[in-house]
Amino acid sequence: MNFITNIKKNKKEPTEKTSTSAIAGGEGVHPHDVRMETKNLSVMYGKTVGVKNVSLPVYNEKVTAFIGPSGCGKTTFLRALNRMHDLTREAVVTGEVLLDGLDIYAPKVNPVTIRRKIGMVFQKPTPFPTMSIYNNVVAGLKLVGIRDRKLLDEVCEKALQQAALWNEVKDRLNTPGGSLSGGQQQRLSIARALAIEPEVLLMDEPTSSLDPLSSAKIEELIHDLKTKYAIAIVTHNMQQAARVSDYTAFFYVGNLVEFDETKKIFTNPSNEQTENYISGKFG
Amino acid sequence: MIQGTKSINRRRINDRIMFGLLVLSTVVVMTPLLIIIGYVVINGFNALSIDFFTQELGSPARAMQGRPTGLMHTMLGTIVVDFMALIIAVPIGIGAGIMLSEYPDHKLNPVLRIMNDTLNGMPAILKGMLAFVLVVKPMGTFSGLAGGVALAFVMIPIVARTTESALMAIPWAIREAGLAIGLPRWRVVLSTVMPAAKTGLVTGVLIAFARAAGEAAPLVFTSFGNNYMPRNWTGMIWGPVDTLPQRLYSLAISPYKEWHTMGWAAGIVLLTFVIILFVAARLLTRKKNS
Repeated sequence: MNFITNIKKNKKEPTEKTSTSAIAGGEGVHPHDVRMETKNLSVMYGKTVGVKNVSLPVYNEKVTAFIGPSGCGKTTFLRALNRMHDLTREAVVTGEVLLDGLDIYAPKVNPVTIRRKIGMVFQKPTPFPTMSIYNNVVAGLKLVGIRDRKLLDEVCEKALQQAALWNEVKDRLNTPGGSLSGGQQQRLSIARALAIEPEVLLMDEPTSSLDPLSSAKIEELIHDLKTKYAIAIVTHNMQQAARVSDYTAFFYVGNLVEFDETKKIFTNPSNEQTENYISGKFG
Repeated sequence: MIQGTKSINRRRINDRIMFGLLVLSTVVVMTPLLIIIGYVVINGFNALSIDFFTQELGSPARAMQGRPTGLMHTMLGTIVVDFMALIIAVPIGIGAGIMLSEYPDHKLNPVLRIMNDTLNGMPAILKGMLAFVLVVKPMGTFSGLAGGVALAFVMIPIVARTTESALMAIPWAIREAGLAIGLPRWRVVLSTVMPAAKTGLVTGVLIAFARAAGEAAPLVFTSFGNNYMPRNWTGMIWGPVDTLPQRLYSLAISPYKEWHTMGWAAGIVLLTFVIILFVAARLLTRKKNS
């Protein structure tokens, strides 16, 4: 069952939460609560570099956007944050990923526990095909043995409310999740992620397969959700990053080029590459 | 312009030729089956009677003197043996299929794949010998159980392969979605992947079942055969029991004309049974695709 075959680790004392505000560097960056933090995180696929030596904080109650051209490693980085690479044989993760100061890649940490704290929404909506809307939402609870119908009902309603889907589906909770439209399915996937009450929400291009109206709904949703969660979102769409995020990290060929407040990245980036990308000169 | 027309004509002709070849191979595939069905029905139809379905076979004298004789015990025996095989093979085969599809990194996976393919290609008679050594020898008697074990060896590799391909057909994203909400790996397979692959799994089991149901060789020295109905039905599990494919064979090589006709009739029953299974599998697959 040991999915991780090769995690090289440098044994260091767990780092203090606050020590990372320095990473953001530039003036005007406030030391918010750091929820997650990576230290020299690298992901290799065999000999190919996915991401290289990335150190980055994810702040509580803020949205952090990862932008960059295709193949720049932003999704690879995001997936390392909840150990999704465990299933890919070739992928080797090195460095540290701290959740509340504790390394989630430490030898005794169970990835299943980690993933209950760090929820994830994928690029394509992935409702479980054979399950009803209701069962999709509560899958994370029901399938680990929670049978209390009243509790499940409550969780289901709350999660669907949070995902702004409740009003559209409340009368047909027993119909299959696959019967919803694409945008609704994506909000269903978000509701399913929220139902297990994670601390961090990772979103991998959550609106890329949706029409503009559904995208707008998801963006509103992200805006509402950030009062409760630390959110990290990968996006191809720079306008989206500018609209929804508080912090932005620009990735290019596996490297973190620049990380700062979104406002600063989009108005006055310190790095030339970032500026070229933002202004549409490439990518 | 002229050249364009030419090349279009040529492509049209090529298309006709290829399509013609496809139709030809379709006909070639269907012909043997139609000949077999026709021949079996013509020769065996007269032996199908109420007695055929309600009497036991007994000695050759019965048939030759025109006394009631039939293959009821054979049909019941077939059901008992085939279902024992099913009960043994389905959990093992599906388990192996899950291993093949869901744990590609496991050390045992490549070993299992080679062994499973070898088992699949092994002559059926050898599977009968294996069941003979494992079951008949220790029990000291031929038995339906031994026949069930032998047929299970026929089914297991087929179920494993069809399970694997049914599970592989389910998008990887479903598994990641399951893992992302904090489900353990086995739970993801059991509660999200397998339900989504249900039709494929059932189809695979039906195909394996139909394959095993037609096998005679593994039963020759396991369930052995029996001309009579056991005194009670448990005798079909613990004692020698008759099955259709094997009875078909022994009727066919017998020196009695009446038994030959019964053999053809047994062929009709067995063919009908197998065709029903395959049609059911086909219908299930079609339902899934629509």
